[in-house]
Amino acid sequence: MKTPLVVTTIGLFYLLHQDWWHWHSARPLAFGFLPVGLWYHALYTLAAALLMAALVRWCWPADLGSDE
Amino acid sequence: MIPALFVLGYLAIVLYIGIFAFRRSRGQSEDFFLAGRSLGPWVFLLSLFGSHMTAFAILGSSGHAFNFGIVTYGLMASSSALVVPLCLLFVGTRLWSAGKRFGLITPVQIFRDRWECGHIGTLIFCLQAALLVPYIIIGVIGGGTTLSVLSGGWIPFWLGGLIVALVVMSYVFFGGMRGTAWVNTFQTVLFLGFGAIAVTLISQGMGGFVAVTERLLQNPQTASLLTREKFSLTTFLGYTFNPLSAIAFPHIAIFCLTARKVTQFKRTVIFYPLCLLLIWLPCVYLGVAANQATDVPALAAKIEAKAATGRPVPGDDVMLQLLGRYAPVWVAGLLGAGIMAAVMASDSQILALSTMFTEDIFAFYGGKQRFGETAQIATGRLFVVLVTAFAYFTALNAKVAIFDLAVQYAFAGYAAMAPLFVAALCWRGSTKWGALAATLFVAASTVALYLLPRGFTIAGFAPVVPMTLISAALVWGVSLLTPKPSAATIERYFPPASV
Repeated sequence: MKTPLVVTTIGLFYLLHQDWWHWHSARPLAFGFLPVGLWYHALYTLAAALLMAALVRWCWPADLGSDE
Repeated sequence: MIPALFVLGYLAIVLYIGIFAFRRSRGQSEDFFLAGRSLGPWVFLLSLFGSHMTAFAILGSSGHAFNFGIVTYGLMASSSALVVPLCLLFVGTRLWSAGKRFGLITPVQIFRDRWECGHIGTLIFCLQAALLVPYIIIGVIGGGTTLSVLSGGWIPFWLGGLIVALVVMSYVFFGGMRGTAWVNTFQTVLFLGFGAIAVTLISQGMGGFVAVTERLLQNPQTASLLTREKFSLTTFLGYTFNPLSAIAFPHIAIFCLTARKVTQFKRTVIFYPLCLLLIWLPCVYLGVAANQATDVPALAAKIEAKAATGRPVPGDDVMLQLLGRYAPVWVAGLLGAGIMAAVMASDSQILALSTMFTEDIFAFYGGKQRFGETAQIATGRLFVVLVTAFAYFTALNAKVAIFDLAVQYAFAGYAAMAPLFVAALCWRGSTKWGALAATLFVAASTVALYLLPRGFTIAGFAPVVPMTLISAALVWGVSLLTPKPSAATIERYFPPASV
């Protein structure tokens, strides 16, 4: 159950990277100066850090044996 | 000239760090090549990140954004923010584990052990080494150019390149991996710390962020740079394959073996995207903003040339030109040192090549047994000197464009080698014949790519996409049809509890 869920989540996240919406538009601007294509991907990068934190928490490869 | 003095001061500091690391060395090969597998969590994160971010992250990204707009960030940074940490989490940790449990130092040693092969490992070494050399040469060229630009031509290219080559060679020679890791940590902190300050100051100098964006939007020639219409969605998707190269880069794979504990990957995996954001977002924004810095003569000439020809122009000096015009001298100096830090990522590449040669060739073919461990380390150091000298003299006589091109193809080659790492460490069924098939394919397709016209695509995708997919299919298909390594070896890598 866990593996399909992880693969689906990562797959969905990968799809979210291909943001064809707003492809030809600079607006709306974030903070009055960041074009949408830039702030979307900046937010995506922050979300990637959160995804990694979740993967580290719940999908850490436990088969690697001892830490030392 | 003053920024160049800051850079020279910075070079003196990194030299001292290398010598300080030398004092901590214990004279064993594992200590010289892997810092005794002793790096702590923050040094591991910052040094691994620093060694991955080459000159392209700073100079190349702003140059690319200058020509193509904000798409640069999505093409390279946010795709890396997903793919690189995933590679580190699922493959890097397994590399660390195999290296630690079986006392292995290089990826090729792991392949040889895992697939019970000898000469196939040598072939993989040759491919990895051949793909790495252009990066080292580009690093030396970047160092010479940066010092020359920052000093206003007072330090000529040949002298700048020589100074950078000598400093890098010295701290790698003396400090080995410990010196390289400490220097990379220092470099990353420097750039992360002063990058944000410099961006704010440059933007203020240009009239503030909001005014800069509004002026770009109002100019029909620059408005499209704030969208992504210069790239197709297919190309955008294809670029997500490039970050797979991270795990196949010898210097990154070897860095994975330096962590003291496997749990140190946790912090690296989580913070990697944040470090990318901090470096790439300002560089891309400033690269785009440079399109309305017409009061800088060098930039005005580039903008004019772009408008006249409709083609991209060389943009690697865009950031340096903005610094020179808008940042106070002390910030320009500090950030110049930070840029130099990124340019000098060739240190870990030189060390990786030396480590691979001494372990995968010298030791494997009997040198260590015959001459001992001290001779092995001496060979590693000699190799560092020879590689640096070769890179410097090639850089003096080379056309930058040739190596720029080679690096692009090497990128695709490394990405297409990633399936080898996944197969070796995550799949019990992989075999040396599958690895051989993929290696030969990657070598042949990288050479073919070099000979084909630039911009060649397959069904709209960059060559890296089919190369990676075919390489993965070859490892899988050929492995299914060929005999497996012994059950004992498979059980060592995949203990029953892990299945």
